[in-house]
Amino acid sequence: MFFKTIIMQSGNRRQLNNGHVSVADIVMTYGKPNAAVQALQGINFEVKPGELFGIIGPDGAGKTSLFRILTTLLLPTGGRAEVGGFDVVKDYQAIRNSVGYMPGRFSLYPDLTVAENLAFFATIFNTSISENYDLIKDIYLQIEPFRNRRAGQLSGGMKQKLALSCALIHRPSVLFLDEPTTGVDAVSRREFWEMLRRLKAQGITILVSTPYMDEAGLCERVALLQNGRMLGIDTPAGITASFGKLLLAVRNENMLPLLKLLKSFEEVEEAYPFGEYHHVVLKQGSEKDLRARLKAAGMEAEVITAVPGIEDCFMDLMKN
Amino acid sequence: MRTLRFLLQKEFRQIFRDPAILRIIFVMPVMQLVLLPMAADYEVKNIRLAVVDHDHSVYSQQLIRKISASGYFLLTRYAASYQEAMKAVESDAADLVLELPSSFEKDLVKEEEAPVFMAVNAINGVKASLGSAYLRSIVQDFNQQVRAEWLQLPRFNPEPVVQVTSSNWYNPLMNYRYFMVPGILVILITMIGSFLAALNIVREKEIGTIEQINVTPIRKYQFILGKLIPFWVLGLAILSIGLLIARIVYGIIPAGSLFTIYLFAAVYLLAVLGIGLLISSYTQTQQQAMLISFFLIMVFILLGGLYTSVDSMPQWARYLVKLNPVSYFIEVMRMVVLKGSGTGEIKGHLISILAFALFFNTWAVLSYRKRS
Repeated sequence: MFFKTIIMQSGNRRQLNNGHVSVADIVMTYGKPNAAVQALQGINFEVKPGELFGIIGPDGAGKTSLFRILTTLLLPTGGRAEVGGFDVVKDYQAIRNSVGYMPGRFSLYPDLTVAENLAFFATIFNTSISENYDLIKDIYLQIEPFRNRRAGQLSGGMKQKLALSCALIHRPSVLFLDEPTTGVDAVSRREFWEMLRRLKAQGITILVSTPYMDEAGLCERVALLQNGRMLGIDTPAGITASFGKLLLAVRNENMLPLLKLLKSFEEVEEAYPFGEYHHVVLKQGSEKDLRARLKAAGMEAEVITAVPGIEDCFMDLMKN
Repeated sequence: MRTLRFLLQKEFRQIFRDPAILRIIFVMPVMQLVLLPMAADYEVKNIRLAVVDHDHSVYSQQLIRKISASGYFLLTRYAASYQEAMKAVESDAADLVLELPSSFEKDLVKEEEAPVFMAVNAINGVKASLGSAYLRSIVQDFNQQVRAEWLQLPRFNPEPVVQVTSSNWYNPLMNYRYFMVPGILVILITMIGSFLAALNIVREKEIGTIEQINVTPIRKYQFILGKLIPFWVLGLAILSIGLLIARIVYGIIPAGSLFTIYLFAAVYLLAVLGIGLLISSYTQTQQQAMLISFFLIMVFILLGGLYTSVDSMPQWARYLVKLNPVSYFIEVMRMVVLKGSGTGEIKGHLISILAFALFFNTWAVLSYRKRS
């Protein structure tokens, strides 16, 4: 019995070798075989140690399922995944020792104070706040004035900072952030990404999922996820560079009739609202041709060439 | 061990910070223990009686006076006919009809016997059977009285009469509360032990904190012990408060040793905590857990021998009672508090409860998953 305890203890302390994450043919099916929902249909990707990796996809793409598999909360239906060289099914205990997970929903104890929550998560990882204070200092300093306030009474941005502090307090090798910026205001979002960049500098591998395309540019590499399938993995620049068609931005005072008109042209592959412009993807022809076409239809509009962003690429990939 | 200590610290902090839980744990039991035994009473009183007296004689008046003086009956209607009295029963103004024939006095004196008629509203079975039994014994008593007045008794009683004298052991005054308070206390401990623990765990599921806990190296046994120990302690605290109330309010001082009670309670709480754990691993929301608890507590109370005697149940129901851990503790409480039974006498119960504790906890631990 005593001997067994020692083995369990040593198993308990096992740490990850590195921050490498690899996912191979991961399939996740929910429900009974006859009415199954395919949340993930064969996902493959690798994340290098110390990388800031983004998983971009709309709601229901399978982001949370993927994160729950990688954090050993969910058993995949098929495929293999490794975090830091450990298998998520067999060596889950080692993974739990040294990954940080911040679920999409705030899930700290609302009836414990900020300081108590942090101390609690530090102790259950067999560490203390002071031991890893340097890692969370930047973030924790911002919520320090509220250290005696109950976590449930914090504002959204504060909750998020506390959750991040709690996920980091044991100095994880890999940090999983599931939609950390959903429901957070623009300023806090920017601050949050700034924090991630600093954490990356500490050598922590970060996997972050988000439904916001504009955040993709802040990652080193992104994976585009849609309906449980991977649409593409590349650097943000690489993804936008792969957009091989002409993209135009069009606007006038009557945006709705303009969009209808644009969609009716046969040379237009796709037209969709984008900020104060409509983005138009052309099958053939040039900027000039479209301008002439609009004039012929009796519609005055400003037409300029646009630089494709991640969202444009995503729309394009989704269609094909 | 260190992890467990911090889990416990967190758990107690949360419990003592939640005013609702404190109220449920400390105020409700006190209220229930003080109010319920006073209100819930086996004795049937206030039976409403309608009398149809066709005789209007001295004897009939005497009988009626004797009945209303007994304290069990309320003379609500003095009807002229049986039909009128039945109307009173139909409109729920009377539970019992007593009809005295017009020749009541004459027959009683001359024939030495007089028939009376009794009609009972048997919707409430207990009230009907007890009410008619009370009335019958009063009439019999009256009969004796009249016979004594009129008859020259022979020198020797022609028929041998067996007279029964009884003495009530363990509860000499047959105080109903001595019997009920220990039982209600058991129900309270059961509710705290199993259902509060279940709700507490399901709450962690509901607010998502269990997810966060599951990604940590906390082991299954640590998490489960961290949940069970606080409610085990609370259960024993409730038992102490309950015993104190029983002593102060009802003057019930256990005849047996407190050690026996606490020993049994300590094991019993393990069993009910196992039930709580089991409920929590099969439910996702506090609402579901609540409804299941509600259903279970009904079964526990009705098949636990708290209100109804187990010995008068049909055989199949008695087997079900054997599967109800609550019935064991109720019996043990009554044995120790009233009879003064010691550890030796409750050994069988203790072993059964130990088996329950092992069974429920094993099942619960096996069904609890840190991941899906």
